[in-house]
Formats: sequence, C-alpha cells, structure tokens
Amino acid sequence: MTQQVPLLNLTGITKAFPGCVANDDIDLIIQPGEIHALLGENGAGKSTLVKIIYGILKADKGTIEWNGEQVSIDNPSIARQLGIAMVFQHFSLFDALTVVENIALGMENSVDLTELEKRILEISTNYGLPLDPKRHVYTLSVGERQRIEIIRCLLQSPRLLVMDEPTSVLTPQEVEKLFATLRRLSTEGVSILYISHKLDEIRVLCQTATILRLGKRVSDADPRKETARSLAAMMMGEELQSPARPPKVTHADKARLEVKDLSLEAIDDFGVDLKNVALHVNAGEILGIAGVAGNGQNELLDALSGERSCDSSNSITMDGNPCATLAPDARRRLGFGCVPEERLGHGAVPDMSLAENTYLTAYAQMNLTNNGMIQTTARDEFSDRIIKEYRVKCTGRQASAASLSGGNLQKFIVGREILQNPGVLVVSQPTWGVDAGAAAAIQEALIALAENGSAVLVISQDLDELMQISNRICAICAGVVSESIPTEQATVEQIGLLMGGATNQASVS
Amino acid sequence: MIRLERRSELSRAMTYLSPVLALVLTLLAGIALFSAMGVSPSAALYTFFVEPVTTVYGLTELGVKATPLILIGVALSIGFRCNVWNIGAEGQLTLGAIFGSAVALYFYEVEGFWLLPLMLVAGIIGGMAWAAIPALLRTRFNSSEILTSLMLTYVATLLLSYLVHGPFRDPDGYNFPESRIFHDSAILPIIFDGSRLHLGFALALLVVVAGWILISRSLIGFQLRVMGNAPAAGNYAGFSQKAMIWLSLMLGGGAAGLAGVIEVSGPIGQLLPQISPGYGFTAIIVAFVGRLHPVGVLFAGLLMALSYLGGENAQINLNLPLAVTGVFQGMLLFLLLACDVLIHYRIRFGKRSAIS
Repeated sequence: MTQQVPLLNLTGITKAFPGCVANDDIDLIIQPGEIHALLGENGAGKSTLVKIIYGILKADKGTIEWNGEQVSIDNPSIARQLGIAMVFQHFSLFDALTVVENIALGMENSVDLTELEKRILEISTNYGLPLDPKRHVYTLSVGERQRIEIIRCLLQSPRLLVMDEPTSVLTPQEVEKLFATLRRLSTEGVSILYISHKLDEIRVLCQTATILRLGKRVSDADPRKETARSLAAMMMGEELQSPARPPKVTHADKARLEVKDLSLEAIDDFGVDLKNVALHVNAGEILGIAGVAGNGQNELLDALSGERSCDSSNSITMDGNPCATLAPDARRRLGFGCVPEERLGHGAVPDMSLAENTYLTAYAQMNLTNNGMIQTTARDEFSDRIIKEYRVKCTGRQASAASLSGGNLQKFIVGREILQNPGVLVVSQPTWGVDAGAAAAIQEALIALAENGSAVLVISQDLDELMQISNRICAICAGVVSESIPTEQATVEQIGLLMGGATNQASVS
Repeated sequence: MIRLERRSELSRAMTYLSPVLALVLTLLAGIALFSAMGVSPSAALYTFFVEPVTTVYGLTELGVKATPLILIGVALSIGFRCNVWNIGAEGQLTLGAIFGSAVALYFYEVEGFWLLPLMLVAGIIGGMAWAAIPALLRTRFNSSEILTSLMLTYVATLLLSYLVHGPFRDPDGYNFPESRIFHDSAILPIIFDGSRLHLGFALALLVVVAGWILISRSLIGFQLRVMGNAPAAGNYAGFSQKAMIWLSLMLGGGAAGLAGVIEVSGPIGQLLPQISPGYGFTAIIVAFVGRLHPVGVLFAGLLMALSYLGGENAQINLNLPLAVTGVFQGMLLFLLLACDVLIHYRIRFGKRSAIS
C-alpha cells in the first residue's frame, strides 16, 4: 500500500484572497480506489482546495502530482482530461430540458442523443441510480437531479470523483443509496474525494480523512477509528459545547401561530405549490420543520412572513388575529418576527450599515420613526444593543452588512428579530454556514425566546439540529407539511420517511 | 502587467474622488480635442470654462442654466437610487412646459398673484402625467421604463410642435410657430436686478434641501434605497416595490415638469417649438456626476451649466461648433463611469502577490 504511487498528491498548496488566506500550505494524498474525506467547518478552505483540484482556481504556491507526474491544472477541461470529475453542491441544470439534453449540453463534443440515452440507462442500471433520461428536470426531486450530475461524471469514466457536500440535499434513505453507489465505484478503483462536515457519514463511508481548520491542514485520521466527538474536536479545535436541548414548555396549549388549510400556488413553473398546510405552534415551544431543500420551505416562509399574501384571511392567525392578507410590516406590528434563509440581500441589505439594517425591520416596532423621519439616535442605540447582547464581531454599527462573516451576520439578524420581542418567530436555516460557536449561541437564543412564552418555528435541512432543539417535529415534502411528532418519540428514520413524502404516520411507524 | 483587484470593501474615498478624476481626464481629452481642431487648447479651455464666469452677469446666467439641471438631477438621482431608470425627463419637462403654458395662455391678460402658483402646479401635474405612463406600463406589464420613458420624449416633442403650430399659436404672430408672449403675472420674478436670474433658482435650492432630507432622513427615502439595493430585503421589510416605482417616476416627472414650466415662465417667457437644449438628458449626467446625492447634484448642475455657457462662448469667440458642448458632457459621463470601477476595484501593478 505504501509503495503505491498515489493518484493525486498535493504539496504545499497555498491560495490567498484579499483579506484572507483560504489555503495555507496544504498537503493531500489520495490513493487509487480510496474514499477520502475532506473534513472541516464552513470557511475552513475545503471549497477553495477542491476548486484548485478541478482547475477553477489556480494556487499561488504548491505542486500537484497526478499518478506521480507533476501537472498544471489550468482549467476544468484539463481536469476532465486527466480523469477528474466533480459533483457540485449546487447543480447546473436547465429545468426546462430533459435529462439527456442536459447531459448532452455539458459534453465537450456533440453527441448522438439516442446513443447517449442508451449509455445513461446502462450506467443508471449498473450503479443503482434509477433515472429516466426522457424526463424533464423540473419534474425531478433534488435527489434525482443529483443523480444526473453523478451520471454526467461517470460518463467520463473518471479516476477521481469529487463530491461537494452531496448529502445536504438528500433524505436519510437517499443517502444510503448514494453510499452504496460510492462504495461500488471505490471497489472498481475509482477514488472519491468526499467533502462534508457531517461526521457520522464520514465515519461509515470513508477510509481516510484530511481535516482542515481555518485554511490549514490539522491532521489526517482514519475516521473509522475515531469517534464523532474526537473528529469534531479536531475540526473545531475546541471541545464541543454541551448539545442544545428543547425548551421546557411552560405555557402549553395556547396556540400563538395557527395555520389552517393554507394553499398557495407557486409563482412560476419551477416553484412548489403549498398544499393545505396546517400547523400550529404553542406558546413556549419550538416546532421544527424538516425537509430537503426545494420542497416548499421558501414558499412557506414567504406566506408566513407576508412577502406573499394569501387569499383567505383565516388561513393564518397570530394570537387569534387573522393575518394571511396582511403585509409584512402589519404582521410585525402583531408581534411577528422572521429570519429568512438568505442573509445577504434578503435578511439584510449588503451595502448598508448595521444601523440601517437594524432599521430595516425595526422601524415601526421599536419607535424608530417619527412623522416619517428616521430617529437616528434611537436606531443607533438599538443597533448597539444588538451588537453587544449578541456579541456580533464587527467594527461598529457603521460596518456594512456585507463586511461581516456569515456567522456574525446571522447573529446580528437573529438578535435584531429577537430583541423586538416577537410573539411568533419563524426562522429558516438558523445555523446554515455558521461556525460552531455562533451556532450554539443562536440555538440558545431561540430556546430562551421560547421559554419566555413565544412560539418559535424553525425550518431547517439539518435534521440533527431539529432533533436537538425542537419540542415537536414535522416534515415538508412537495409543499405538503406532515403531522408533527413529539421529538422524544421521533426517530431519524421516521422523519426521513416523512421528508421523502410518506403521507401519514401509520405508514411511517 | 496592470490588473484590477476587487476591494474587500467599497472605497469611500474613490466615491468622491472619481468625479474629480473624471473631470481632470475630460480636460486632458479636451486639450487633445482642441489641438486636433487647430485651436490653442489654453485659449479654448479658458473660453470654455473660465471666461463665462468672470462677470457677475455670467454667474447669474450660470444659475439660470443650472436651475433645470439641478431640479431634475435631484429627482432623478432619487429614482436612480431605487433602480428606476427614468431617462425621459426631457419629455416630462416638455409636458410641464405645455401644461404651464396652457394655464398662462388661458388666463391671458388676467392679473393675479395666484396665476404663477397655478402654472407651477399645472407644470408639475403635466410632468407627472407623462411619467405615469411608463410607471403604469412597468408596474402592470413589467415593460422597461428605460425604453418607454425615452420613446415618450419624442412623442412629447411632436406634441409641442403640433401645439405651437396650431392651437397655441399667437394669433397676432404672423404665423410664426410661437405662442403669445406671457403676461407679466405669468412671468417668474427676477431675484437679482439686471440679470435673468429668476425665482426658479431659489426653488431649485429648496428642492436640493428637500431631496437631501428625503433621501437621508426619511422612511420613504430609506425604502427607496433598500428597494434599489436589495429588493428581496425590501419585500421582507414590508416595502412595496410598485409604490416605490410609482414614487420614483412621480418625483422625476414632477420635478421635470416644474423645470419645464419654470423655463417657459422664466428665461423664455412664451412657448416655443424648442424650449430646452436637452436639460432632461443632461440631468442624467448631473445625477451621476453628483454621486446621486442632492448636494453633489447641486455642484454637478453648476458644472454642466458651465459647459452650456462655455459652449456658447466658444461658438461666438472661437467659431467652434456647438456640438463641442455635447462632446464634453458625453466625455465626462463616459470617463466618470470608467473611473467608478475604482470604487469596487483597485489597480495593481506587477505579478499577483501570494499573500495580501
């Protein structure tokens, strides 16, 4: 094994961007046929390293050897010629085209579509990736779309397959199928570079792991011999905080947010229709909505926040007030708060200061406006309070939202909403892309808000997080929200089935 | 090797230095231009940029020319902040002049302190009505206001032409395509004796202050800026994009209409087939050179007014074509937009460095 020439050997890779060193002197060796994990927090430099391997970025320093020969990967086309294929986290597919058309578009030479269709079917049956080449992409689930990208890669008969966070869009059951395919590829001699921050996955799938922290390689490990805790410690460089727990329900049975029979058509062909959504959140509890991305979460958030108004005014009530036809600011006056998934450009205006971003949602609520004029002193005091109480790292309230790191901006937005003391708070992806410390702080803040008697609704793709902090949990699939299950009775498998569209609890349990 | 490197934060210094840099480059380009035309560059630049303001009368003329530019520039800059690209201010100005003139001609030989205010209001309504068409088309059918507002400018010019050749023509005017000369009650008072500087200039200064307060201190100005910057964040905060589009176009149309009626009731004194040397278009340059800020617009308006005066002066003294004015204005905008790249990027010489 040690005598073997490695398939890929990176030495001393360094890449700097203005203001940060994304990769600092990183070594990485991938053997033929191994499944190699690249593990690290968001911002640790995983994506940069992968982009260098795939020829999207060029390293400032360092060498790349492929099969023992030094190579220079100047662009993705060279990478593909070497036998490197990549499945991106975000797919590049045209919704209005069929599977085979999409794959043909990505090929370097023009191909015969019927011939291509045959090869797609061949690969999809060989590797257990069921896919109909004639289907239009917009009719496919996210898991199926990912299969297109994988098949697109396999058509090139790659030697190295790079997968960037492939499971963040899959249900637990789909993850199992993907792993079977990857193991099969590995036995056929294909190396796989598997990028993730999910420790359990890496422990069951990978043979080697390279751990990055803040742009540096921390260590190599055999994940099968490590515990999730020890891997996490290496990844974060600190002991894990004690895991968050759900709030103790103290005001049970007083529904503060009630949604009944909420149906909303998607704005365009590629959105998701909400179908007869019914849910309620009581005072003092956190309700979690699990689901694979693109199953109506954004539509649900828009309907709840008022960014899209509904026809029937009774379908959403807050503290008994019907509000489905109200605009977002009117709902805020009823005590509604909201943290959208997208921070820059939705939750905050990138080029505006934190003070102005404070005003963005607090202008009516916190008496920051008088006769149509901005009360700058009150606004600045409130933004200073957010920055102080939520420990937002920034140069002050005049710093632009875009200059903050993802975690700090999220703390700021969550702080801004919570300090307005909302009776109902809806949060989407509260800790997505946020470092561990900030994530813990945000979760704590949500729990404290609920324990003070507010109703908190958390929409998240991170099932582990929901299992930790919510009192009840349900799933959204294709615009349908399932019945909720008390978290202490729920299992990951059960929720996984609901995320995949199993309609009632009977079929689940 | 020279290359551009993205800055991690916008450069505030460059936001203000960029117009200055653009002005310097425009002057350099002007020197090359005049040399090529066989005119001494120093004499030409003196005639163009200095001589017009060496007399008190010249300074008051500067105010007269700057008035419509500032009025429209302030309103356009507010709309541009909201990403509403009203480039048809020239047409809205024309409609303002037509509406104001209609009032003046209807009450011909009627005296009254109320006549001028009525004309000004009519002018504002005229400009707004013309701007309402692109606003409606944009909010109802999502058609680009850039195209619709621009095309309506040509419609407005033809409408004006029809009116001065027909219904509004002076009955005693020997068939010249001109209206009657307005009665004294319909003429804006002069605020500086012995000059043409009229009350409109004071109004323009008021609009600068009002625009400043609106954009930087009011909730409405905040809404406009948020909508221009991040529409999704605006929806999230509960602001209405349609309302902001309407507001932007109404402000622009109203201000342009006011500028139009001020022109006919001020320096011109009657309705003519041509009432503006392109103030509505030049105001777009004014808005950008003024950094979309009302106070900046004040200075940019004066600068552009100077280019009009200088152009006339150069035509009289040096026999240069009037088109030089347009060339200068165009060069300034072109070079300004080029210099604005430096707000987001910095210039680096030599090879790319490994670690910053």
